[in-house]
Amino acid sequence: MSTYYSEEHEWLTIEGDIATLGITAHAAEQLGEVVFVEQKDEGDTFAKTDEIGVIESVKAASEIYAPVDGEIVEVNGALEGNPAALNDDPEGEAWIYKIKIADAAQLEELMDLDGYKKLIG
Amino acid sequence: MPFQPVDYDTYDFANRRHIGPSPEEMAEMLATIGYDSLDTLIEDTIPKAIRQKEPLDIGAPMTEIAAINHIRAAAEKNKVMTTMIGQGYYGTVTPAPILRNILENPAWYTAYTPYQPEISQGRLEALLNFQTMVSDLTGLDIANASLLDEATAAAEAMAMAERASKSKARSFFVDKNCHPQNIAVIRNRAETLGIGLVIAEPAKLDATAVFGAVFQYPGTYGGLTDFTSQMEALHDNGALGIVIADPLALTLLKSPGEMGADIAVGSTQRFGVPLGYGGPHAAYMSCTDKLKRAMPGRIIGVSVDSRGNPAMRLSLQTREQHIRRDKANSNVCTAQALLAVMASMYAVYHGPKGLKSIAQGVHQKTRILAEGLKKLGVEILNEDFFDTITIQAGAFQKALISKALEKGINLRKIGRDRIGISLDEVTVEADVETLWGIFGGEDHYPAEAKLDFAIPPALLRESDFLTHPIFHMNRAEAEMTRYMRRLADRDLALDRAMIPLGSCTMKLNATTEMIPVTWPEFGNIHPFAPADQAEGYAQMIADLDTKLCQITGYDAFSMQPNSGAQGEYAGLLTIRNYHVARNQGHRNVCLIPMSAHGTNPASAMMVGWKVVPVGSDDEGNIDLDDFRAKAEAHSENLAGTMITYPSTHGVFETIVQEVCEITHDHGGQVYIDGANMNAMVGLSRPGDLGGDVSHLNLHKTFCIPHGGGGPGMGPIGVKKHLAQHLPGHPELEDIVGPVSAAPFGSASILPVSWAYILMCGSEGLTQATRIAILNANYVAKRLEGAYDILFTGQNGRVAHECILDTRPFADSAGVTVDDIAKRLMDSGFHAPTMSWPVAGTLMVEPTESEPKAELDRFCDAMLSIADEVKAIADGQMDADNNPLKNAPHTLEDMVGDWDRPYSREQAMYPAGARRVDKYFPAVNRVDNAFGDRNLVCTCPPMEAYDVAAE
Repeated sequence: MSTYYSEEHEWLTIEGDIATLGITAHAAEQLGEVVFVEQKDEGDTFAKTDEIGVIESVKAASEIYAPVDGEIVEVNGALEGNPAALNDDPEGEAWIYKIKIADAAQLEELMDLDGYKKLIG
Repeated sequence: MPFQPVDYDTYDFANRRHIGPSPEEMAEMLATIGYDSLDTLIEDTIPKAIRQKEPLDIGAPMTEIAAINHIRAAAEKNKVMTTMIGQGYYGTVTPAPILRNILENPAWYTAYTPYQPEISQGRLEALLNFQTMVSDLTGLDIANASLLDEATAAAEAMAMAERASKSKARSFFVDKNCHPQNIAVIRNRAETLGIGLVIAEPAKLDATAVFGAVFQYPGTYGGLTDFTSQMEALHDNGALGIVIADPLALTLLKSPGEMGADIAVGSTQRFGVPLGYGGPHAAYMSCTDKLKRAMPGRIIGVSVDSRGNPAMRLSLQTREQHIRRDKANSNVCTAQALLAVMASMYAVYHGPKGLKSIAQGVHQKTRILAEGLKKLGVEILNEDFFDTITIQAGAFQKALISKALEKGINLRKIGRDRIGISLDEVTVEADVETLWGIFGGEDHYPAEAKLDFAIPPALLRESDFLTHPIFHMNRAEAEMTRYMRRLADRDLALDRAMIPLGSCTMKLNATTEMIPVTWPEFGNIHPFAPADQAEGYAQMIADLDTKLCQITGYDAFSMQPNSGAQGEYAGLLTIRNYHVARNQGHRNVCLIPMSAHGTNPASAMMVGWKVVPVGSDDEGNIDLDDFRAKAEAHSENLAGTMITYPSTHGVFETIVQEVCEITHDHGGQVYIDGANMNAMVGLSRPGDLGGDVSHLNLHKTFCIPHGGGGPGMGPIGVKKHLAQHLPGHPELEDIVGPVSAAPFGSASILPVSWAYILMCGSEGLTQATRIAILNANYVAKRLEGAYDILFTGQNGRVAHECILDTRPFADSAGVTVDDIAKRLMDSGFHAPTMSWPVAGTLMVEPTESEPKAELDRFCDAMLSIADEVKAIADGQMDADNNPLKNAPHTLEDMVGDWDRPYSREQAMYPAGARRVDKYFPAVNRVDNAFGDRNLVCTCPPMEAYDVAAE
């Protein structure tokens, strides 16, 4: 199991050919109190950099961009009733999608934790 | 004994009444800034290169009484007739208590958009009533707090359907029975968005070929159709259904929601808002719960305050243009708050029974009229109707319309052989008899009227509406008057204190300017009345046109846009039309500085352009190298550049002419956003700087009041080469399409700007600009040291506004702009603009209308806040339990147990607060997250009000 990070402040934890996707604690803090998460549907496919959702906070609305090509295999439905989870536990309970990665080679373009820490200073 | 004449001109409106500081105060203020003359200050502030060469020449000022007489003479050229044209505009009775206590009351009309909810609970409640009313009447889950007019609301609904629909189709269906102006505005919008239109009878709908469809109910010719089967067909194909519905008719008719519609729009004009030659009126939009996040405009929601009491606020703000920019749902900002408040009060005043009774009365008269006409052998084309019938007049069309005119009645000319007649709340029995007379009859109105409907039984409304207790108040005028007073007392408007909102120009809305607005000669003119009945309007519009051209350096104006954002859209559309006419239609790139207002990119998107942002340098100015590089890179496709002048940072950038030249060199046109025109009038002209188009916010620079969030007015000025591409109107038989429902937009508020210009004259207008700059520089100087002033221009001066950097407070004391904004309420002030154009800062625009004492009161309040921040930073005050974090303080705080580490005195009377006339916000700090997570956008049950009152 390994975790990758994108420049759009998403994390991606790989288990086999399935990855869990969410936003980083840093991103959640920047957004402030999250009030709504707009999610795509199970079975939707997407290409890297596609918009695959929107997170709305009291002060901002921010798109979720796909860090790799893939397909959504599970949507975290708990976020609909409890968007605040994204503030409480963004890198755990408040994952957004489980996805099937189309091209594992694309992971090479993402950062590891050290790289991401450098990015956010 | 001969008297010594006093050196004082009582009737100098500009210098005595409009401009705040007295000559003595000006001298003191100049000394504080370090100047001995106003001219030197202006020379140091505005670069010589951008100053206009010749002084303004629009005539000498009029006294207030002379201006009133002048406008009265124009008004008398308008002929008030009995209007039966219909087509979306109907006669209505404005209840006198609403006229006087809302429309003519500065507590309501001088308020700003309720972005600061704690000091806006009154109009938020009135607007929530509006949403509840719309939601009930249309039978849909959620409504917004108004849109600009019915036609633009319909166009917004189309764009919303496109965003939300699951259908892949790129076409949109329009019911042929929509009002012509609705079709025209939809057509204009569809073209730029690349949407194909199918315009046909509802029965011809092919739901597989469209992403959505819009129907008019009742139809423009009066007919009634049940759209249930169309809605089902649309839904089967993943498409959405929209109904444009008349709210008065809906008291008798099955609601759009009950037919399965997804979105409803319409105009609430006939709920007590005068015709006004086209506006302003509040349009509405409602939709199903599923679509709420795709809905444009402002939505009032119910949240709680820090005590857990119910409190209202604007919700879902993040979908709007000021945050989402080019990804926003729409570019709309201004709503029609004042008119929505009037319409909601009309519903409170009449209640559901009263509204139903009015609707039945209108319907009954129409029914009797129709029967009488049939007896005379007149052919009526629609069997079912609410208030409108269409007559087949054949060769007699023209003669019959003229005969009606002779009797003082306007009928609607439809095509070459038909006549439309729409009755309304003001129609009396004698009018029906007159109509019979015109068609050759001599009958009298029956003493006992029949009470059956000309509405198909399946379309009769069975569901309740306006069930909330607020619409079931006692009908006594005493109750109504006190209700409106209570709400007004909760709000902080210009009649109470200065509202130093940067970029909003909250200047004086003089009473004299407001008086003509409610004259019947302006109020009771139908927008499609024959031109010879609106000669007063024509005179006013022509004179304003000439004067605004002189002020801006442009050659032609269009009064059509109903708001600044709509002006932007209209201006870009004009540029687009120009490119298309020159076979340059491929040009679709728009350069916009990062510092631009969010409406700029949102408007560019609406005309189908691609936004390319241009960076700023450290001073906040346009990065000229980046600009040049991007203009060159997009030279082939450059459509235009949008800039704001002086910049949104409040600086007169010296490079503006260069930016215009570069744009022109690459084939683009320059749009100069006129939001900051208050820093320019009489001193500099956008037309001279190289601008091709600008909009003016008449509700900023030219004194139209903000109305608590509308009406606005955003006419556009253009250079000669663009004049023929300005928005037209089908009623004027223009070729270019309209952007608004009415040819001259919200024409009935134009007297405000006209009066202002007439009473100030050339010198008064110019002096107003100078003092706006003086006041801003005075505030900046007084706050220097306690606050860093961001972005000063040459010689360290600001333009008509200044940005206070409050970001260091977050690090030193954990204090945010929000805390400062809320603490200012304790001093009785509305906050400056927050976090725009720079996050974490405050932008102050005092305007010329504020006298020195009010500026000082504000500065004292700001300085005392800076002291409190310092006390927190130094550890003398608790970091969490302090007057800033607990602000605003309410009466509830004062009467409860007091266990805070600061005194009640400090909480309640910070510097600037008035001892006797202390203003208390109605609620404690409103919880934004709670409101957006638990969205409630209709009136909460009455118990909630009781809790709040306890």
